[in-house]
Amino acid sequence: MVVELGHFALVLALVVAAVQMVLPAWGARRRDGRLMSVAEPAAMAQLLLLILAFAALTHAYVVSDFSVQNVAANSHSTKPLIYKISGVWGNHEGSMLLWVLILALFGAAVAAFGNNLPATLKANVLAVQASIALAFLLFLVTTSDPFMRLDPAPADGNGLNPILQDPALAFHPPFLYTGYVGFSIAFSFAIAALIEGRIDAAWARWVRPWTLAAWMFLTIGIAMGSWWAYYELGWGGWWFWDPVENASFMPWLAGTALLHSALVMEKREGLKVWTVLLAILTFSLSLMGTFIVRSGVLTSVHAFAVDPARGVFILGILMLFTGGGLAMFALRAKELRQGGMFAPISREGSLVLNNVLLVTAAATVFVGTLYPLALEGLTGDKISVGAPYFNMTFVPLMVPLLLALPLGPILPWKRGDLFAAMQRLWFAALLAVLAAIAAFALSGAKASLAPFGIAIGVWVLAGAIGEWLLRIKFFEAGREEIVRRARNLPRSAYGTLLAHFGVGLMVLGIVATTAYREEHVLVMKPGDKVEAAGYVVSFKEATSGRGPNYREELASFTVTRDGAPVTELVPSKRIYDMPPQPTTEAGIHNSWRGDLYIVIGDQQLEGGGYAVRVYFNPLVRFIWIGALIMFLGGAASLSDRRLRIGAPVRRAKKGAVPA
Amino acid sequence: MTRKQRRGIIIGSGVAILSAAAILVMFALKDSVVFFHTPSDLSENHVKPGQRIRLGGLVGNGSVKRGEGTHVTFTVTDTLKDIPVTYSGVLPDLFREGQGVVAEGALDDNGLFKADSVLAKHDENYMPKEVADSLKAKGVKLGEGATHPSAQN
Repeated sequence: MVVELGHFALVLALVVAAVQMVLPAWGARRRDGRLMSVAEPAAMAQLLLLILAFAALTHAYVVSDFSVQNVAANSHSTKPLIYKISGVWGNHEGSMLLWVLILALFGAAVAAFGNNLPATLKANVLAVQASIALAFLLFLVTTSDPFMRLDPAPADGNGLNPILQDPALAFHPPFLYTGYVGFSIAFSFAIAALIEGRIDAAWARWVRPWTLAAWMFLTIGIAMGSWWAYYELGWGGWWFWDPVENASFMPWLAGTALLHSALVMEKREGLKVWTVLLAILTFSLSLMGTFIVRSGVLTSVHAFAVDPARGVFILGILMLFTGGGLAMFALRAKELRQGGMFAPISREGSLVLNNVLLVTAAATVFVGTLYPLALEGLTGDKISVGAPYFNMTFVPLMVPLLLALPLGPILPWKRGDLFAAMQRLWFAALLAVLAAIAAFALSGAKASLAPFGIAIGVWVLAGAIGEWLLRIKFFEAGREEIVRRARNLPRSAYGTLLAHFGVGLMVLGIVATTAYREEHVLVMKPGDKVEAAGYVVSFKEATSGRGPNYREELASFTVTRDGAPVTELVPSKRIYDMPPQPTTEAGIHNSWRGDLYIVIGDQQLEGGGYAVRVYFNPLVRFIWIGALIMFLGGAASLSDRRLRIGAPVRRAKKGAVPA
Repeated sequence: MTRKQRRGIIIGSGVAILSAAAILVMFALKDSVVFFHTPSDLSENHVKPGQRIRLGGLVGNGSVKRGEGTHVTFTVTDTLKDIPVTYSGVLPDLFREGQGVVAEGALDDNGLFKADSVLAKHDENYMPKEVADSLKAKGVKLGEGATHPSAQN
């Protein structure tokens, strides 16, 4: 009964989306207030209906209703409750339902908080938003119905893929989707602006908080995915340039560019046309990400359903919105008047450089991800494009970006002096050079480019701190003045500083892990020892055990350093009951210096030894801590009064809720 | 500086960065693209020894032999041709006889494939897509056991 109710709510949401798409847009055209006012209640109704549908599916999972095909295929009665719930979006149908739910959530948020938007703009934005929802609801209802019944119902379900039974992964998709789907708002605003043929600084002020919120969630979602891959897949790496990873990384790159270009538009009314284009591209890349993951066209660690009908449908949606968006852009962009002159060396100039480099980087990732597909389609040759390609193309683009990063915020708007900016950051440059010398002295000729990478990381870090010190006049003013300035510095400025600081940390982590990682692969028997990065790892014993829904072989290792015990690590190999699939659980010892990471392979036939991999990943934590700090920077910026939804007219209401 | 000149500088540097990136992309694609072959392809087309390729197929039944340390040999087969493979390292969780596998490496002069990485992908359908496609193309019938993990163990 609940299931039918959910199904009904889903279909009803589709109808509501259709109404929300047509009436408000028509009303905006005819300047008919009554038609336009349909948008808000429709957006709310759509959200409520989808919450109902999602709750119905979740209920079916929680009570293990195996008469629902989706539940039977992806759940099992003995699964822990949290994975019953996360199982809702651990499969194709459920995750698409989550996708439209988040889409509706963003639409409803615009309806609820966009009180001071011009009526026609709001109506158009909600109509465009509804058109996206309509396309995906059609997709759900026709090709991926999550409420399909199964008759007769099986006694028990197939279970969830065990590598997905993990706390970080349970919440990775919702974050990622919130990021992906959040960019739909930027897209809807861009299309609405093109429909109206008018765009101004206020537009950027409305769009930026949404983009920022989406960007924050995407950042944390990608970081969670990478962290999960690091400790769960047992390969010791944190990023594989896998198509599905790239699918989320491309919108992130474009979205980061969008955040920065919207800044120019808001502050200086410049880059209007470009910002609109970027908004369209960012959401198109999000759609493409959905297409790549959902169609399974590319082999990947987590390719989901491989169903041609679904792939074609999503490809259709992708073409409709990307093609339609770009066509609108081509037709109407010239009506958007340009403003704000600036010299090449200026804050705007540096933000343009940021945009060019980020978008180019996104383009190289795009080529590397889709080239195999294109080539197979054209010549039938099957190829793979691996990490070497991305290291050769992506990294050289990031170097100038990171070198310029600390200078940009120091440059004044309109016209700046590069030399003066560099002088002001001389101490950051000095620190970077010192770090490079230290890294070189420590590592010798082992990794020739690494000291340079370390220097870049330190330059970005010290640059962020340096900018803060300069802004609070730390070297010139008295203590009271410094405190007053530190307090009065707007939160959005702290947001930028934090985010840039996070980038610096991440760069340090990436460079150190990549260049100075230690890896030992060997066969060990109980009693054997191996040395790694100053630790002595000795294999104590091999045992076997049982968890709630798996059995496992465990190997325990004692770790000592300079004779003193550090910890005991117990990596294992698990075989889940349902589905019976093996997984590797790594034993990881975290410290600020880096992670000691041990995984075991198969037991050797003779002598009872195990194949063992021991890694030391220096500073690897910095990667995820950097991402977290970037997220916090976004949050700080979002909490800035001037950025709140409703700020464009100057009456910041008390208690106005930020997005 | 006039507006035109300024715009020229900005567009010019944008184009310069884009073309530099395009050149990088072309070089990187030339150097780091790895072609996928099945065992039959390998015996039909002459892939030069030392050229990096991906070899995909099924792990031959009864072919897995463990040697010294982490050294392993096995054959990759598409049921028409077998290619012997050697690998040193830890095999992935899903590596099993009769299951799909992709090995990356190069042939040596004696026709032995030296793999430096072995993938058995975490795929719901158990079989790496390239392998399934090429086996289908070769007319190999995929039994239920070869495509679904629940039929294993």
